[in-house]
Amino acid sequence: MSPLLLLGLVLCLGLVAWLSARARALAFAAGPTMASRPHSVPGYHGWYVALWAIVPALIFFSIWQLIEPTLVTNAVLHGPISAQLPADAMERASVLEEARALSAHEIEGAFNPLSNTLAPAFEAAGHRYALFGTALTLLLCFAGGAFAFVRLRPNLRARTKVERLVMFILLIASLMAILTTVGIVFSLLFDAIRFFRLISPFDFLFGLEWSPQVAIRADQVGSSGAFGAVPVFWGTIFIGAIIAMIVAVPLGLMSAIYLTQYAHPQARAWLKPSLEILAGVPTVVYGYFAALTVAPAVRSLGLTLHVPASSESALAAGLVMGIMIIPFVSSMADDSLAAVPQAMRDGSLAVGATTSETIRKVLVPAALPGIIGGVMLAISRAIGETMIVVMAAGLAANLTANPFASVTTVTAQIVGLLTGEQEFDNVKTLAAFALGLVLFVITFLLNVIALNVVRKYREAYE
Amino acid sequence: MNKVERAPTEWTSEAMTRRVRRRYASERRFKALGFAAISISVIFLLFLLWTMASNGIGGFMETRLKVSVDFPHSNLLIDPALLKGAQAQQTLASADVEGTVSAAAQAQFGPQGPDMISEAAWLRVSDAIAADPSLLNRKADFWLPASSPFDLAGRGEGSPEMVHAYRALKQAGGVSKGFNWHFLTGADATDPSAVGIWGAFKGSLLTMLVTLAMAFPMGVLAAVYLEEYAPRNRWTTMIEVSINNLAAVPSIIFGLLGLEIFLGVMHLPRSAPLVGGMTLALMTMPVIVIAGRNALKAVPPSVRDAALGVGASRVQVVFHHVLPLALPGILTGTIIGMARALGETAPLLMIGMRAFIANPPSGINDPASVLPVQIFLWSDEVSRGFIEKTSAAIIVLLVFLMAMNGLAIYLRNKFERRW
Repeated sequence: MSPLLLLGLVLCLGLVAWLSARARALAFAAGPTMASRPHSVPGYHGWYVALWAIVPALIFFSIWQLIEPTLVTNAVLHGPISAQLPADAMERASVLEEARALSAHEIEGAFNPLSNTLAPAFEAAGHRYALFGTALTLLLCFAGGAFAFVRLRPNLRARTKVERLVMFILLIASLMAILTTVGIVFSLLFDAIRFFRLISPFDFLFGLEWSPQVAIRADQVGSSGAFGAVPVFWGTIFIGAIIAMIVAVPLGLMSAIYLTQYAHPQARAWLKPSLEILAGVPTVVYGYFAALTVAPAVRSLGLTLHVPASSESALAAGLVMGIMIIPFVSSMADDSLAAVPQAMRDGSLAVGATTSETIRKVLVPAALPGIIGGVMLAISRAIGETMIVVMAAGLAANLTANPFASVTTVTAQIVGLLTGEQEFDNVKTLAAFALGLVLFVITFLLNVIALNVVRKYREAYE
Repeated sequence: MNKVERAPTEWTSEAMTRRVRRRYASERRFKALGFAAISISVIFLLFLLWTMASNGIGGFMETRLKVSVDFPHSNLLIDPALLKGAQAQQTLASADVEGTVSAAAQAQFGPQGPDMISEAAWLRVSDAIAADPSLLNRKADFWLPASSPFDLAGRGEGSPEMVHAYRALKQAGGVSKGFNWHFLTGADATDPSAVGIWGAFKGSLLTMLVTLAMAFPMGVLAAVYLEEYAPRNRWTTMIEVSINNLAAVPSIIFGLLGLEIFLGVMHLPRSAPLVGGMTLALMTMPVIVIAGRNALKAVPPSVRDAALGVGASRVQVVFHHVLPLALPGILTGTIIGMARALGETAPLLMIGMRAFIANPPSGINDPASVLPVQIFLWSDEVSRGFIEKTSAAIIVLLVFLMAMNGLAIYLRNKFERRW
């Protein structure tokens, strides 16, 4: 029986359990006195039995799905035919995998003749275990349902029991967030530590030369490849925190000021959605635009200025990234300006200041902590942005302040290092995780500090 | 004693009017500066859209060539009897239709003929034969899609021979233009004139389905717990901090997580919509939680009090009353989060969704590509013909994203209640 069919059957049985338990509970309802009235409405009795029927069966079913392949392989290995298997672990695994695929009809023919002889054994063991699993799942389903059904009584606290499970599920769902964070930290740390065993953290964080490709070509892992990440960090800061912010902060702030203080409501009804569209354009589109249109223009500008200019320049990537961040800065500034008490604005206007004087001398200084927090969040976004830099900034790690030259960033390097050949113990692959760890830590710190700044400042005016 | 006599300000004096004028001028300058700032954003947006539209509109069109194939005198050997039954597809696939069409093109246009028609041109001939086997007994004319170099020659680009051939054919009436349906129904290919986006689009749909199925229930349930039930303690604070932080973690980090956990530890299939969807679900969940909490917060406490007052349990209060009222807000947030996930590229590159996939995926375990990754892959191609295909794919993606955002705005306006 296919797993999907079994799943459907279990759910159907759950429905049957729900209906029959509800029918049983409906019979209770006709009690004459208050004391004999059932504790819960019939629907909860239905759910109580249905959950008992479904939940244990499903838990067993999912565990079984995970361990079944291992059990089948073990059964084949203990069979008489396993004596012919090659001793080499790698070869053995490939033959087993091929035989398994053959028995599941995933492939038509086998590369290794031995797989053909193993396939029937696999098929037999697979059938045996599938039958066993199905039987056990259905048994659990019936047993659970029966266990709950015989407990149906007017004074059964069915609602309380069902609600306890609901609360448990809610708790599990919210714990997923912590689990994800822990998963990120561990998956990054695990490989980063393996990387730091090969390359000292000091060399990584303070080395001035980055050329991971050299090590691979010479096939001398870790001894000659240069993993000094300073040029990569510099490129990230140069594009994300300097060029992009030079574009985004003034434009975003002025946009927010114009939208909230000056714009006619009708104009605002058009301008605000267009900023939102700008925020909703996927980064790969920005990246394509940067590479196709902006980068050639920047290059010819650089050449007219007689500056060494590359076709993949920091300026092109930074400019487009800055424009991408404008809506974000604008909405953060908007929030901060809106949080300034109206009384301060009115006071300034009342003593005769013009609107612009009020904005420059009262509103912006008062909103400054919030704006700075917003800019920090924007920086954290810009340095984590991937597609624009992958498509427009390139992979050449230069330690230069020339905006027309090509620089690289942490995210572009991660993509460059991880796409292509994938071997998990390759130092090149591990370096990507070390870079990822640095990126995670820095964005995490920026976010935490920025969110605290914003919150503290908001509290100050409340 | 010495009372300082201060003359009242002479507002009409020369100095004062000049000062006021200067302040007003600075006021106007500031306002103009603000207008300029927002204009730059809007102009950039329009320029971006215009660039994509003008580049991409050609991607939806194809140049067609009139090719006549003389079936009785060709090398094509097909038994017409075999085309009747179920094995028609197989018969056509094993016959050398491609070679026949290529030979016909060579006979008609000279030695560069085979290069003038698209790689996928023979598929149309093959379909035509399947629809009407009697074609095999006569000489038939087909309008076949032109290759990318010939298409470019139509715009005066490309090799001189091609441009020459284009002009000659154009005069003879052997060239026409038409809507490229294959672009909407086909999958990736090596020849820009033969590519389609359906494969990537279907991959995107499957990925989004997995994302929605995981992120929506989890996000809503987590939001309900945190907003309605969670006790104020250290655990709750930790959950809240990690959700707020996850919403701001760079997307590529989620890609690294997916690579390490889903592929490395759990050994799920590479490049599959299942893994892509799970990775994006982890990314989308915090967005849904935050939107959900705001929507739940907006439901007034009086609703809860009233429900509790008539004897509902705490679970009933939320699931019977608060959640239905908050649902439009939650849905709006979910659609916005899904739109963001649909446009996401970097995490999917990490889990291997960058392979060349020539067939649309048939399930969530098949290798697939998604629209943004397809755009990225095409943008890397050197062939000139891919530029307009990339832009055309971008148009499709943007139209889809705007439709989703429009739906979110519509839902918000229609169902959201101000209390």
